Amino acid sequence: MPAKKMARWLVIKKMVSDLATPENNYQAAFRALQQTKPSAPWVELVRESAMDRFQSLGFPSVTNEEWKYTNLAPLAKDASFRPATEERLSAITKDAISSFVYPETGTSHLVLVNGFLSPELSTITGIEGAVALDLFAAVSDGKYGRLVREYLARNACYKNNGLRALNTALLQSGLFLLIPRNTNLQTPIQITYLSGSPDSTDASFPRVLVLAEENSSATIVESYVTIAGNRYFTDAVMELVLKEGARLKHYRVQRESSKAFHVASTSAELGRGSSYDATSINLGAFLARHDISVVMEDEGAECWVDGLYLVGADQHSDTHSVIDHKKPHCTSHQLYKGILDGNGRAVFNGKIFVREGAQKTDAMQTNKNLLLSSQARVDTKPQLEIFADDVKCAHGAAVGQIDEEELFYLQARGINPDLARNLLTYGFAEEVIGKITIDSIRSQLDATVLHQLHAQIEA
Amino acid sequence: MLEIRNLHATVDGNEILKGIDLTINKGEIHAIMGPNGSGKSTLAKVLAGHPQYEVTGGEVIYEGRNLLELSPDERAREGIFMAFQYPIEVPGVSNAQFLRLAYNEKRKHLGEEELDPLEFKDFLKERAKVVEMDASFMSRSVNEGFSGGEKKRNEILQMAVLEPKLAVLDETDSGLDIDALRVVAGGVNQLRTPENAIIVVTHYQRLLNYIVPDYVHVLAHGRIAREGGKELALELEEKGYDWIKTSAGQENGAVARN
Repeated sequence: MPAKKMARWLVIKKMVSDLATPENNYQAAFRALQQTKPSAPWVELVRESAMDRFQSLGFPSVTNEEWKYTNLAPLAKDASFRPATEERLSAITKDAISSFVYPETGTSHLVLVNGFLSPELSTITGIEGAVALDLFAAVSDGKYGRLVREYLARNACYKNNGLRALNTALLQSGLFLLIPRNTNLQTPIQITYLSGSPDSTDASFPRVLVLAEENSSATIVESYVTIAGNRYFTDAVMELVLKEGARLKHYRVQRESSKAFHVASTSAELGRGSSYDATSINLGAFLARHDISVVMEDEGAECWVDGLYLVGADQHSDTHSVIDHKKPHCTSHQLYKGILDGNGRAVFNGKIFVREGAQKTDAMQTNKNLLLSSQARVDTKPQLEIFADDVKCAHGAAVGQIDEEELFYLQARGINPDLARNLLTYGFAEEVIGKITIDSIRSQLDATVLHQLHAQIEA
Repeated sequence: MLEIRNLHATVDGNEILKGIDLTINKGEIHAIMGPNGSGKSTLAKVLAGHPQYEVTGGEVIYEGRNLLELSPDERAREGIFMAFQYPIEVPGVSNAQFLRLAYNEKRKHLGEEELDPLEFKDFLKERAKVVEMDASFMSRSVNEGFSGGEKKRNEILQMAVLEPKLAVLDETDSGLDIDALRVVAGGVNQLRTPENAIIVVTHYQRLLNYIVPDYVHVLAHGRIAREGGKELALELEEKGYDWIKTSAGQENGAVARN
């Protein structure tokens, strides 16, 4: 091993905290941040403690049970990834990103470029009654600073996760979204994460905090896209807090570059009688990992934690989900479906905890996978851990191919086998896509699924 | 239209059809009857081209062509339709989507222009009257959550849309109450023309009160044991299948296994 490489190896593997090591781009960025973007003492403390955690944890390795099937070594070893800076914001025009806007959200569109909120690219006329601020700026806001302090890094814990730690350590922009009590937002809010650039391998750390106050309701659409289509690294964290009676619909569409690394955490905290309906669609990235956790902190909350992953040749998609029933009378529904083609690989790990005393819990979890190729592979692990005795819980997982009887049925109606397979695959995906209530997202996904399938026929 | 000669077929290595001969002309309705295990459903599936059924002997000539050389979808596009005994559920695909795709595949095959969703919607609405089907069924996933009767009606709706030359109804009466039976049979009768032919596979004579056959063929042990007009069905209703089984065994010199 060359000396240079060895040095980096020491930093990451042996957790040497030598801030001067030039190899460590992340540390350098952190140091620069301390100089150029100082913040309130409590934020400085959070960033420092998060950087400390990243120093000791590093990137997760496959020896960690939670990362058994997802190998980040190529990312951890690669010194070419550099935290993106704010400068690139000015180079992008509204026109260049207009195709990413879902028409239904047009007037409520927030854009983060490599993690930096861009007021110029955003349109907020539709966000009447809600508050959308740069998260970093909101820290020192007289009105909202105390809310950020109360909720930032509360649910997306960085103590045991190097990726969340790194995201937290490099906090310098992001988005704070507040839906005040009793506010019902009619227009869905779209958050577009634009990543990548043609001439560098950026690492970006988008950070979003959503606070839905008492009896508010809104729909949030997250969209991860790229203009450049190159190799880059996104490490995103979204935290959501739903207060009593709040209702949130959350669509997350990940369409990163096919060369990108995408790791993300979504952490939601559910208050009494609140409702959280999440649908995560994973289409892009060379390697994608999504950790979603929903904690039912009070009684009567209900959540849907659904998703679809479409994994093509050379792609890897990993979903880790935790649904934590802490209090009685909460209901959770989970349906994750996967379609794998080529040598695509997917992981689904879904934990449901029912804590002591969380009686009358109703939890249902299903993971279904459709393998279109003999080289595709999926590792699925639904897990239930129940510490209460009066609950209704069910879970199941399935991995299979196109059903021969269904295929024959379609053929018997004159549909050729290729088309019939596509139709059945489309139908498989539709169970998840069909629940999306925004037409333009649904039709985009339909087109994507059909396009991907078409490509498969021609291949 | 259809000529079946000495047809032998196996499933999982077991011979089910042991030499079937049958000639069907356009405008005719043929009933295939027989006890459970006699091979009548197998005959229907062999005609439709189900991959689990292997033809081991004989031939099937459809409109002058060797039917057995055609894939199931080619057969369908050429005008063969089998109404399934157990219609398959296709989650996530709406009935309208499915029917339009199937219909347009056939139109393409015939060199006709495809219908766009709006044109097809009007056409489908018209065809749905044949089986008194509500428009709400069109946006639902194919057969998913349908009752037994609704599934069978949906089969006949597909027949109404695809307008086959030869329809094979595989135990379409099974699981139907008397009202549903009347609707389904009424639909089939409306679809009957002098140009098409219908094979009704059934265990019971009941359906044949509504869809009146020109010929009745009774299968036993993979062979046709009796043939006659519609009165044969009535005779079976009265005497049961044991009578056929016994006589079929004697005629063929075989020993009845059960």
